[in-house]
Amino acid sequence: MEDRAIDREWKKGSAELLLLSLLEALPRHGYEISKLIEQRSHGTLRFHAASLYPLLYRLEKRGWIQGRWVEKSGQRRRRYYRLTAQGRKVLAAQRQGWQAFVKAISRITGVEHA
Amino acid sequence: MPDWNEHIRKQLAELKLAPAREEEIVEEMSQHAADRYRELQNGGATEEEARRITLNELTGHELLARELRAVERTNAPELVVLGAANKGQMLAGFVQDLRFGFRTLRKSPGFTSVAILALALGIGANTAIFTVVNSVLLQPLAYSDPDRLLKIFETTSEFNHSSVAYPNYLDWRRESRSFTGMGAYRSDGFNFTGAGDPEQLSGEYVSASLFPVLGATPLLGRNFLPEEDRQGAACSVMLSYAFWQRRFGGDRNILGKSLTLNAASCTVVGVMAGNFRFRDDAQVFIPNEQWNGMELHSRESHPGLRVIGRLRPGITIQAAQAEMSAIANGLAGQYPATNAGHGAAVVRWKDDMVQNIRPTLLLLVGAVGFVLIIACANVANLLLARSAARRREFAIRAALGAARGRVVRQLLTESVLLSLGAAAVGLLIARWGTSLILSAAPGSLPRSAEVGIDSYVLLFTLAVSIVTGILFGLAPAFQGANANPQESLKEGTHGAGGGRHRAEGVFVAVEIGLAVILLAGAGLMMQSVWRLLQVDPGFNTRNLLTMQVALSPKVMASPAGIRLAYWQLLGRVASIPGIQAAAITSMVPLGDGDSEIGFWPGTGPQPPEDRMTSAMFNIVTPDYPGVMQFPLRRGRFFTDRDNLASPPVVVIDDVMAKHLFPGQDPVGRRISVILLGPVQIVGVVGHVKQWGLDTDDTNKIRDQIYFPLQQVPDKFMSAGVTGLTLALRTGPEPLSMVSAARAKVAGPTQDQPIYAVRTMEQIISTSLAERRFTMLLLIIFAATALLLAAVGIYGVMSYAVTRRIRELGIRAALGASSQEIVGLVLREGIRLAAIGMAAGLFAAFALTRFMAGLLYGVGPADPLTLAAVTLLLGGTALLACYIPARRATAVDPIVALRCE
Repeated sequence: MEDRAIDREWKKGSAELLLLSLLEALPRHGYEISKLIEQRSHGTLRFHAASLYPLLYRLEKRGWIQGRWVEKSGQRRRRYYRLTAQGRKVLAAQRQGWQAFVKAISRITGVEHA
Repeated sequence: MPDWNEHIRKQLAELKLAPAREEEIVEEMSQHAADRYRELQNGGATEEEARRITLNELTGHELLARELRAVERTNAPELVVLGAANKGQMLAGFVQDLRFGFRTLRKSPGFTSVAILALALGIGANTAIFTVVNSVLLQPLAYSDPDRLLKIFETTSEFNHSSVAYPNYLDWRRESRSFTGMGAYRSDGFNFTGAGDPEQLSGEYVSASLFPVLGATPLLGRNFLPEEDRQGAACSVMLSYAFWQRRFGGDRNILGKSLTLNAASCTVVGVMAGNFRFRDDAQVFIPNEQWNGMELHSRESHPGLRVIGRLRPGITIQAAQAEMSAIANGLAGQYPATNAGHGAAVVRWKDDMVQNIRPTLLLLVGAVGFVLIIACANVANLLLARSAARRREFAIRAALGAARGRVVRQLLTESVLLSLGAAAVGLLIARWGTSLILSAAPGSLPRSAEVGIDSYVLLFTLAVSIVTGILFGLAPAFQGANANPQESLKEGTHGAGGGRHRAEGVFVAVEIGLAVILLAGAGLMMQSVWRLLQVDPGFNTRNLLTMQVALSPKVMASPAGIRLAYWQLLGRVASIPGIQAAAITSMVPLGDGDSEIGFWPGTGPQPPEDRMTSAMFNIVTPDYPGVMQFPLRRGRFFTDRDNLASPPVVVIDDVMAKHLFPGQDPVGRRISVILLGPVQIVGVVGHVKQWGLDTDDTNKIRDQIYFPLQQVPDKFMSAGVTGLTLALRTGPEPLSMVSAARAKVAGPTQDQPIYAVRTMEQIISTSLAERRFTMLLLIIFAATALLLAAVGIYGVMSYAVTRRIRELGIRAALGASSQEIVGLVLREGIRLAAIGMAAGLFAAFALTRFMAGLLYGVGPADPLTLAAVTLLLGGTALLACYIPARRATAVDPIVALRCE
């Protein structure tokens, strides 16, 4: 119960940042993104299709990412999302803000627990 | 692998996304689901577990729909580019076009209602005419396999389609192999007595084979048996559905009961079904052989018998015609006295039924089509003006990347929407118009009982409205699509290219041209009817009342009784105050009935049929000239002393006198008449236009013989001389005398009804009904055309003045007088009108030829009519131009110059 509550709160604030970060290096499709989040968080964070795709569409609408259908031989076509130039700026700004935020939080929480 | 698409679609359904967008999401997410499902299975989950988990992640708690709503709802549907579209996108685009079209039309209710009204007039009129054409000309007759039903006529040197002698019909039926069956019928009147008020019924004598040939089975009872169609058989009768309902309240126990018809007791053996259509007014059917006129079995007599045959499958009409001609030839060889020169003609029944009305209906189809084209041209001009105002809109759309085809499609959708709206209103107009047409065409329209709006009519209206919408929408659509974004945006609101004005000018010229054609048609019909009304029929048509009389069954027993009954009846009627003269006649001029008889000069033996001449034969009483008021040229008319005891006499008309005795006095000469033998001519009277005001002059049989009723031999003085007409010359208004006449005719036994009461003026009006009907509709169409054309030219000129307001202002400022400015504007309008009228006159010249058959006393290229049309239309066009031209002079130069 506790885990799920954390999960939701974290995602709400940071989901956009996560997605943008994952697309920074190279274009990926939705399922790949969800797998990467799960793997890199060692299973702590998990995005289901029902929340992942609406978020992707929102980012796309804002012009931060752009989806494109790509066909590879022998496979069904997949929609790959890449970061736009605007998305790159947003990512840089968000990342900065986030690091500042985390630093501040850990300063407080670290002092308390120390 | 489960199918995820449906689950995802269900989630998306309430979002109402554009179909293309929805498909994209479904594809992407279902692929995700498939990957997830495979992953779960690889991790050791069972199929069922994997399915459940995947589905839950995909659609659990309606999360997907909730999340997507926030994102996708605000998204405008993607812009569809024509040509690069798949099916889903096409559909989405179409729906979008419709929505946009509705919104656009709703935003300008004034324009929309004017356009819909103009089109509704055109579509409604077309639908009304098509409703009639569909039921009368196109729909098959209401019998089984109606195309194989043929009408078979006798032909003579004088008639292409003559009625048939009964013995000839019997021989045809026996000898022919081309038909599976043949039936004959003959219209007659029946005096129905013994059940309440006596009533004269119209009915048909029919052969027992007729209804089986038609494929008609009775609703109750059975068809006639062959043995009932024999001389001496007991009388049996079949009833029409309407008569059964009216007189017997639909009593199902009617079978076996008896009716008194013409004093004979007839047993009811059947009732026809309600949808059985045969001679619409026929109320009773009686076997042919029940007719006791002895003429039935004479090859000489042609008592109005008509023959229908059902073509055997696999036999062509040509083959049947060849066989019937051969049979008729054989009969001519066998019975030269009666059949020499007689042939047989085979015609598809439906063609025979509608052949007279077909040219009229086709003419009206053409005329009403022109009205629709004019309405289209007007609406196209309205749209052009609008599309000029919407140039900025189109330019912006083009600048934003809308393809040219896309704009055309949007505009066409709008115009088709308009015309569909007009079709809905038009159907209402058509319903009303159809009943108007039916009431304006009483009697002259065959199959009128079948006329109604059916699925063919609805399809027609739909097709017409769509074609119409595309037709009037095309020019404005291309105009709009051609908008050059840069130019238009720069130009501001004044922008409008030259092409638009050229198109408008063409539309107005076309409208005026078509209006010329319609006005010319209407004018020619009006002239024809007017000229016909001036024709002298050869007698005085005013204050002349005619009615048919059915004698009491009690007097019908003996020839002497019949003679006495007529004589007494005349005496009673003549005593009515206000009746100036009364007579009995067997033929009403200009009416429907006619009867011909063969004669030859001198008193020699009867020559073969083909060397005999025919004349119209009219049996009358002595006061007939007093009633008709036609002139006695020579000798005398009949008196009461011309009876069975005196030698038989005839009176002939001056046409026959000239034809038979050129330059000599016919009085005292003898001729011989079939069935009567030698008779002496005692007088010559003026010719009466028996055949009708229009066709009498050209008819092959024009000679007229009058014979006194009192000299009709006993053997014909039975059923052969019933249903005669009582003709009365009245002092006061003729219809005011009807009730007095009815009372006097009824006689002491009160069982002699009168029927078919008509004044001569009504008869003449009926004889002109078809022309009057055509004229009325053409006048309505032409007036609509004139109005629409006037509105069209007015609209274009008003717009032209507005457009040139700067130029006119400058001219005024530089000192142009108001006459000069009016002239300037008028010149443009007159140029358009002149082009239209010239083209219209040329077309009218070519097209009115097709209505030559409907005209009387006036040629299709009548210069007077064409001149009048030109004047009327030119005047209207001038007026329509003058109003905007006057407005142009009121322009204040300062205001005009400033209004940029």
